[in-house]
Amino acid sequence: MSEVTQLIHQYLRHNKKFPHVLCPGCGHGIAMGSIVRSVHAQGWSKDDVVVVAGIGCSGRIAVYMDFNTVHTTHGRALTFATGIKMAKPEMHVIVIMGDGDALSIGGNHLIHAARKNIGLTAIILNNNIYGMTGGQCSSTTPTGDFSMTTPYGQLEKSFDIVELARAAGANFVARGTAFHAQQLDRIMTTAFGRPGFNLVEVFTPCHTQYGRKNKFKNPVEMYKHISKTTMPLEAWSKLEPEKRAERTPVGVFVERDEPGLEERYMEMKKKLLGSAQ
Amino acid sequence: MSKKKGSTQVTIFPDWCKGCGICAAFCPGKVMIVDQTGKAKVVREEECINCGFCELHCPDFAIMVSPKNGAPERDAAQDDGPAAPAPAPEAAPAPTAPVPKAAASKAKAQKTAAKKAPAKKAAQRDPNKKA
Ligand SMILES: Cc1ncc(C[n+]2csc(CCOP(=O)(O)OP(=O)(O)O)c2C)c(N)n1
Ligand code: SF4
Ligand code: SF4
Ligand code: SF4
Repeated sequence: MSEVTQLIHQYLRHNKKFPHVLCPGCGHGIAMGSIVRSVHAQGWSKDDVVVVAGIGCSGRIAVYMDFNTVHTTHGRALTFATGIKMAKPEMHVIVIMGDGDALSIGGNHLIHAARKNIGLTAIILNNNIYGMTGGQCSSTTPTGDFSMTTPYGQLEKSFDIVELARAAGANFVARGTAFHAQQLDRIMTTAFGRPGFNLVEVFTPCHTQYGRKNKFKNPVEMYKHISKTTMPLEAWSKLEPEKRAERTPVGVFVERDEPGLEERYMEMKKKLLGSAQ
Repeated sequence: MSKKKGSTQVTIFPDWCKGCGICAAFCPGKVMIVDQTGKAKVVREEECINCGFCELHCPDFAIMVSPKNGAPERDAAQDDGPAAPAPAPEAAPAPTAPVPKAAASKAKAQKTAAKKAPAKKAAQRDPNKKA
């Protein structure tokens, strides 16, 4: 197993300050390891990978990885990424966003990127909260849960990212967790190798801003909770419908093979150039 | 690397460890604890079954599990680890590259340097830092 940590260290920018800025036990760190291993599994050269991140604790992880990286503005990572992919379709584009980033301020971009089926992998690190700015509720904070801005419990319903992305037309939609890193590696490796818009939601515990307000004593309790409340999609589908609400399914939900926007654009370009001659 | 108990060496890089306790809580062999200094510490290395959980789940990349000298490499059929890493891409550094410890002490040196510099300057040095 020694290859795991050594491998990750090979993909870090050692001129940055380590340990990284994330809190002890933050799931974003585990997701970062998974991204590195999955890029490595694809056999891609570092120079052919572009990581585009939004703003948030989640966005910070782009700073530490030795790829082409763009640390953009809050909510707009997908717009920058769309431009990059259209201009340089040969690049492998990976977008890292938080739940606030991707679904609140950036919700519009998310559904349209999925509809356009632009060829990239969007990774949403879902910690159910705005981590960086002090724990305000996000559009994935579960109903009834506490946050800085919902001191008596969240009244609103939360988004189901998988259903949202499916309905918006994403080619590939999957959900994994920071507690199940092996499965997460498999999901990300699959997503990275596919055409069109691929979305991976990752449950990543944030004890500092979310856990403490919701009766989790420490980060470890949050990982135990993930382990208890999630279930592989295949097993979940076999549950009696009334039992399904107790568990959240993880796995691959959508797999379509429609060509990405950039591929369709290239085709159109070829056709138009051909007819012009 | 073999999954036989006791054939591995478990190393914690204290400079990188934040003492979150994930490794100590979930290690099937209870190989490490978080000690009074707030860092993970290996206390029962011989109980390590080389399952790989700690390396995959340390959010700070602060643990390394490696074969003890002379221990057989894990055979491929046993490897149910993460998606089998493809041959290293050309541009990726050689597998023997950076030993985390060296990097860690470098980071520490930087940290002290950052402390000495006025806070404003330190922030300027990292153009990626925004909130
Ligand atoms: C346009 C804009 N609006 C608001 C902010 C402030 N802001 C920074 S990060 C953030 C939310 C972070 O939450 P999330 O995206 O869930 O990421 P996390 O920190 O939880 O990983 C906000 C509102 C900003 N930087 N830019
Ligand atoms: S505030 Fe939450 S999301 Fe941000 S680094 Fe800390 S634990 Fe992670
Ligand atoms: S999981 Fe990593 S950071 Fe957390 S206590 Fe163990 S070695 Fe330290
Ligand atoms: S490899 Fe498994 S058994 Fe060995 S120290 Fe890590 S978690 Fe424990």
